[in-house]
Amino acid sequence: MLLPLSYLVLRSSEGGWAGVSEVLLDTDTFAVLLRSALLAAVVTGASVFLAVPLAWLTVRTDLPGRRAWAVLAALPLVVPSYVGGFVLVSALGPRGMLQGVLEPFGMERLPSIYGLFGAALALTLFSYPYVFLTVRSALRGMDPALEEAARGLGSGAWRTFSRVTLPQMRPAVVAGALLVALYTLSDFGAVSILQYDSFAREIYTQYRSAFDRTPAAILGLMLVALTAAILYVESRTRGRARYHRSSAGTIRPGAPVRLGRWKWPAGLFCGAVVSLALVLPIGVLMFWLARGLAEGEPLRLVWGAAFNSVYVSAIAAVLAAVAALPVAVLAVRFPGRVSGLLERLTYLGYALPGIVLALALVFFGSNYVPAIYGTLGILLFAYVVHFLPQAVGATRAALLQVKPSVEEAARGLGRGPAAVLATVTVPLTRSGILAGGALVFLTTMKELPATLLLGPIGFDTLATSVWTATSAAFFARAAAPAMLLILLSAVPMYVLVIREPKQ
Amino acid sequence: MNDLMVKISNVSRNYGPVRAVRDLDLSLRRGGIMALLGSSGCGKTTTLRLLAGFETPESGEIEIGGRTVAGPGVNVPPEKRGVGMVFQDYALFPHLTVRGNVAYGLKNGKRRSGRIEEVLALAHLDNLGNRMPHELSGGQQQRVALARALAPGPDVVLLDEPFSNLDAALRARVRAETRDILTDAGATAIFVTHDQEEALSLADEVAVMLDGTVVQSAPPEDLYHRPATREVAEFVGEANFVPGTADESGRFLCELGNVPACGACVGHVEAMLRPEALRLHALAEGEKVGAGATVLAREFYGHDQLIKLRLDSGPVLCSRLGGGPGFRPGQRVSVELSGEAVVFPRS
Repeated sequence: MLLPLSYLVLRSSEGGWAGVSEVLLDTDTFAVLLRSALLAAVVTGASVFLAVPLAWLTVRTDLPGRRAWAVLAALPLVVPSYVGGFVLVSALGPRGMLQGVLEPFGMERLPSIYGLFGAALALTLFSYPYVFLTVRSALRGMDPALEEAARGLGSGAWRTFSRVTLPQMRPAVVAGALLVALYTLSDFGAVSILQYDSFAREIYTQYRSAFDRTPAAILGLMLVALTAAILYVESRTRGRARYHRSSAGTIRPGAPVRLGRWKWPAGLFCGAVVSLALVLPIGVLMFWLARGLAEGEPLRLVWGAAFNSVYVSAIAAVLAAVAALPVAVLAVRFPGRVSGLLERLTYLGYALPGIVLALALVFFGSNYVPAIYGTLGILLFAYVVHFLPQAVGATRAALLQVKPSVEEAARGLGRGPAAVLATVTVPLTRSGILAGGALVFLTTMKELPATLLLGPIGFDTLATSVWTATSAAFFARAAAPAMLLILLSAVPMYVLVIREPKQ
Repeated sequence: MNDLMVKISNVSRNYGPVRAVRDLDLSLRRGGIMALLGSSGCGKTTTLRLLAGFETPESGEIEIGGRTVAGPGVNVPPEKRGVGMVFQDYALFPHLTVRGNVAYGLKNGKRRSGRIEEVLALAHLDNLGNRMPHELSGGQQQRVALARALAPGPDVVLLDEPFSNLDAALRARVRAETRDILTDAGATAIFVTHDQEEALSLADEVAVMLDGTVVQSAPPEDLYHRPATREVAEFVGEANFVPGTADESGRFLCELGNVPACGACVGHVEAMLRPEALRLHALAEGEKVGAGATVLAREFYGHDQLIKLRLDSGPVLCSRLGGGPGFRPGQRVSVELSGEAVVFPRS
């Protein structure tokens, strides 16, 4: 974990202080920093703005079809950002579908989709579900007795919402927003396709074009610093208040808020979000798919890429799940300085943007271990390092539910530590381990920059196929792998998030 | 012949600055049932976990079945100690059936030999073998935990507050059942409790713990009638303390009369008298006696009653009487002593 980071530092310092300051003090670098921060702020704000009302409407009101809306609103998470970017460009871009529709009416040029607006739109539409899902689960876990108590103490409906419900939701909103901000900062696909020069795109361009790779390393470190700054601010703003329930007893479902006439605008809002984030991309992909098939686009290549995608994702998922178990066990059962540090180190991999991680491994691999450079091994290593926290998180949560006395009982009955792990701990945390694996599978399927930089030559996955076809503007050729990618990702997505227990 | 099954010598265990267990000595003979009695936080659960091997002593030595399992340079892991543990929350394996739970600690050979059925029958679980733990009542879960611990035939069974998760009505029954199961299995057992009634009625040896160490270990009758210290006397049952003198011939004299004394001191002493040793007689209006008293309050329990009274000389005492007609608050009574007094040096 520390290896890629320390290597970046090493690499950056190679050019000496003069080299570093040249990049750091460059006005272009400063502009990139500003642009990245701006994009992250806009996307995060817009996501919260979309997701919080959606979550509240689908959990606490009598909105017709709220379960269906909940499923539909969570689904855009399976659309990778580069597919989203490609969809926006082909639908709303120059010579795009909307333009084609409007041309007969004398509309010569649409406002440009490229740049901040397009990038922010694409990233918001396909990352707001992070906020939606965290807020939703917080709302579901909230004790309605709190709201009732506030009403009983004489607060009106609005005052109750703003003084009780909203503060209770805050940690969930912040957690979701953090995920969106990190995702936006590290995103490579959408910003590249929509030509917005944020860090990730700049690093890639530097890496591909310049002979000297030191500037890329320095930019990478700056991106890491920005990410670390956001994480630091988040950890400092966490309040001291506790948000779990202080009393025992089971949560009883609260009475839903009656929307009355507001039902219609609420439904319209849900419909608009779902149309843009789900119906639009699928519709556009279907359109290009049909057109591609009509023009005789070969599907054969897609199957090979699909096999590669599933194959590496499955291996990465298994490796991450296996590697997560000891980390989670250490963190939960032996809380201490060492295990805490170990756990936090694994989280570093998550905060490390994929492009930076890939870059560091490229440097490291090509210089020190050429034997594994350009093999599946180093790619899998990158995946596991990058996505391990997801598996650790899920396993850890499941492990927290297992009482330590159950494991001690097994020890007392004559089984050694390894046997106890195999016969008691693993069976009892199975659902968490599976969820962690499914999450890693899902994110590995979508992963682009590491796959591009570290994959063996000629190793095509669905993600790289979409990327190659879109960057050459072969939209019809990108449609099939993009569609397949969405469908394949929807399976673990269904297992993970949509299968909430019914209330 | 060494018939000691458990021997703890001079064991200490700290948690940082907190001394959970200090200089603890304890021994239990084969087949004995011991209660570790103490208020919460006195180190009794830590003692149990030290025996089971989930904690390591900082100093001292622990022997089980004549074998040193913990001591200088020795630390046998829990799975090799031959100790069965029943946890406060039972800690049943939720993914295994009752039979699976009981079979977990058995080697393959023993599993086939009918040991599972034997243990299930012993714990009256014959028909529940295929149930899952969550499908059982609290009392049944407790029996499964006990059966699971007994199945491998451990040298000692340790029970951590085994009845605290049961409601009062069920507790008495499960207590008796547990005692029978342990006796039938011929097991040596140590259980932890903060309930003195439970300790006195269930165990044949009670060890009272205070501040991390055992202050007295004795059969229940001895503990009740001959407490070693004032603290033990107060912790186990109600105790009256009366000042007086003890003479060379082994009698205790005070304003209430004189009774045989036990204890090593003479001269000015303080005597512990159990409430049963105070007999009350109603006094007629205006009648004067040597040791008169006024009834302050009365608690009626059906089978007996507790009378709180104030001696004319000042001290407040309590007396336990049969369930017959009692005394009213405010009534004048005279007090007569019976039984035996335990004398301590006056504080």
